Amino acid sequence: MLQVVCIKQVADTETRVKVASDGRTLDPTAVTWILNPYDEFAIEQALRIREAAGAGEVVVLSLGGAGVQTTLRNALAMGADRAIHLKTDGAPPEPLQVARAIAAELKGLDARLLWFGKQAVDDDAAQVPPMVAELLGHPCVTVVAAITLSADATQAVAEREVEGGREVVEVTLPAVLSAEKGLNEPRFASLKGIMAAKKKPIDEKAVTLAPPALEVVSLALPAARSPGRIVGQGAAAVPELVRVLREEAKVI
Amino acid sequence: MAILVFIEQKGGLVRTVAREALGEAVRLAATLGGPVVGVCAAAADPGLAALGEAGASELLLATHASFGHYEPAGYARAVVAAVEKVKPAVVLFSASAMGRDLAPRVAARLGVGLAADCTGLAVEGGRLIASRPVYAGKAVQRVAFTGAPALVSLRPKVFAPAPAQNGGAPAVTPLAIEHDPAAARARVLEVRTGSAGKVDLTEAEIIVSGGRGLKGPENFAMIEALAAALGATVGASRAVVDAGWRPHGDQVGQTGKTVSPKLYVAVAISGAIQHLAGMSSSRCIVAINKDPDAPIFKVADFGVVGDAFEVVPALTEAVKALNARG
Ligand SMILES: Cc1cc2nc3c(=O)[nH]c(=O)nc-3n(C[C@H](O)[C@H](O)[C@H](O)COP(=O)(O)OP(=O)(O)OC[C@H]3O[C@@H](n4cnc5c(N)ncnc54)[C@H](O)[C@@H]3O)c2cc1C
Ligand SMILES: Nc1ncnc2c1ncn2[C@@H]1O[C@H](COP(=O)(O)O)[C@@H](O)[C@H]1O
Repeated sequence: MLQVVCIKQVADTETRVKVASDGRTLDPTAVTWILNPYDEFAIEQALRIREAAGAGEVVVLSLGGAGVQTTLRNALAMGADRAIHLKTDGAPPEPLQVARAIAAELKGLDARLLWFGKQAVDDDAAQVPPMVAELLGHPCVTVVAAITLSADATQAVAEREVEGGREVVEVTLPAVLSAEKGLNEPRFASLKGIMAAKKKPIDEKAVTLAPPALEVVSLALPAARSPGRIVGQGAAAVPELVRVLREEAKVI
Repeated sequence: MAILVFIEQKGGLVRTVAREALGEAVRLAATLGGPVVGVCAAAADPGLAALGEAGASELLLATHASFGHYEPAGYARAVVAAVEKVKPAVVLFSASAMGRDLAPRVAARLGVGLAADCTGLAVEGGRLIASRPVYAGKAVQRVAFTGAPALVSLRPKVFAPAPAQNGGAPAVTPLAIEHDPAAARARVLEVRTGSAGKVDLTEAEIIVSGGRGLKGPENFAMIEALAAALGATVGASRAVVDAGWRPHGDQVGQTGKTVSPKLYVAVAISGAIQHLAGMSSSRCIVAINKDPDAPIFKVADFGVVGDAFEVVPALTEAVKALNARG
C-alpha cells in the first residue's frame, strides 16, 4: 500500500518574527527551519501502518524552495522510503495554490492514505488537506487523534477532535487524513536512519503555480497589549484583584 | 451584493458562533451594502426565523435526514448551492471545528480564496481586507481576495454576536440539494461527548489554566475549585498535558486550543510563546506566578506575584463570597 505524507517546512515557533523589507513576508535571515510539528504525527502514523503491514511504501512530499530538501531528508531519516520535491520559487504560495499543485501531483500516484498535518504552524491555515481532498474527490477526515485500519485496508475508523468531544468517522480508502497532536508519539531519527536517508531518492519536479486566490497586503507585528499591572503580592493581593476584575474589567 | 453567513447548528440549536458571524455580517453590510442571508444545513429547522432580529433578511435551509450531525460533503454542497443562488460578495463561517473543516472544502469547490481564523475585517477602497494572526500570534497578516466570493472564517468569541434588533421575521426558504451519504464515503459512527456538562475551552467565557508550577495532578483540585466558583472551564499548559496530569483536550496553545474568553486566568504558567499563541486574544488576562520575571506578566492585564498554593484558595474564597452576595 502506498501512503503519501505531505510535509511543510516552517519557521521554528521560537523564531523572533522580523518583517521583510517588502512589508508582506517574514524576513528569513534569522529563521531556523523545522518540519511542521503536526506533520511529524502524520509521518509517524504512516510509518506505523507500513510497519504493521510489513509491506508498503511511504512517500513524503513537500512544495517549496530548494531549502525544503533538508526537511525532506529529516522525514527520510525517520523512515520514509522516498521523497518528492515540488519545486517553486518566489513568495510563499497561499493554500489553494498549494492544494492545487499537490492534488495535481497526487492524481498521478495511487496512494491509499494521503496524510497531512492538522495545520501548518506558520500560516495556521488548516486549509490544504480538505482542499486537496475536494480537488481529488476523496473523502477526508481532519484533526485525527486516533485511527484504526480495517484488516483488508479498505476502510479506516478515525476519531477527530471537535468542541466538547470526539467524532468517530468511518471512511473508505483512498482518503485524506490530517493529524492532530496525541495521535502518536513521533520517533526520533536514529543515526542509522540519518545515514540511510542520504542515499534515499528525492524526486525534484518544477511546478508552475496557479494564480493566487489570496494576496497578502501586509505582515506586521501585532498591536502590543496595553501594559498590564501587578496588583500585588501573595494572598494579600486577592481583594484588589477581585475589585479590578469586577469594577474595571467587568469580567466577573 | 449580499453577504452569506453559514449558520452552524448543533443538536438542533443555532450555535453562538453563528450569531457572532451574523453580527459581523451586519456590520460589513453597513459598508458593503446588500442583504445578509444565512444558509443552514440541518435535519430540521433549528428555529431560523428567530435570526431575523439578529439581522438576517433571508435564511436558506438545506435539510437531509443525515444532517443531524456534521456531514462534510452534504454541508459543503448546501453552502455551494447557496452561493450559486445568492451570488454573495462575502461568505462568513466561524473558525469552529466545523467551520475549519467546511470552509476549505467550499473554497476548493468554488476555486476561491479563504482567509481562515480571522480576528478582524475591514473594507478599504471597496476591498475586503481580513486580518489573521500568524507565526503563533507573533505577527498579523492582512489579506485581500483576487476573486469572488471572498471566504472568511472568524475566530470564535472575538466578534460580538449580533445584538437583538427589531428585524422582521425573515423568510426561511428551503434549499434543494442532492446529497447521497453513501457516495460521500465517510460517515459519522458516533459522537463521543467529553465530561458531561463541561463547556468546551473554545466556547468558555472564563478559563482557569494551570501549569507545571502546580507540581502534580492532585493540585488541579485547587484549579477546579476556582473554576467552579467562577463558572469557568479548566485549561492547561502543554507541560502539564505532556506529563499526563491533564487530557490533551485541555491544552491551550499553538499545538492545543486557541481560545478567546473574556477572562483567562493563568496559574503557575510561565507564558512560553507557544502558550501565548493560544490565549493572547483573550479579553482580560490574569497571571498568578511566583516569578515576577515570568513572561506571562508581559501579556497579563492583571498580575499577582505569589505562591499559587496561597493565592488560588484565597481567590476562590473571595469569588465565592462575591457570588453569595449576588
Ligand atoms: C512546537 C512546540 C509547540 C508547543 N505548543 C505548546 C502549546 O500548545 N501549549 C503550551 O502551553 N506549550 C506549548 N509548548 C511548550 C512551551 O514551550 C512550554 O514548554 C510550556 O508552555 C511550559 O509550560 P508551563 O508554563 O506550565 O511550565 P514552566 O515553563 O515550567 O513554568 C512553570 C511556571 O510556574 C511557576 N511556578 C512554579 N511554582 C509556582 C508556585 N508555587 N506558584 C506560582 N507559580 C509557580 C514558575 O515560576 C514558572 O513560571 C510548545 C513547544 C513547542 C516546541
Ligand atoms: N508547501 C507544502 N508542502 C507540502 N505540504 C504542505 C505544504 N503546505 C501545507 N502542507 C500540508 O498541509 C497541512 C496544513 O497546512 P496549512 O493548510 O497551510 O495549515 C500541513 O500540515 C502539511 O501537511
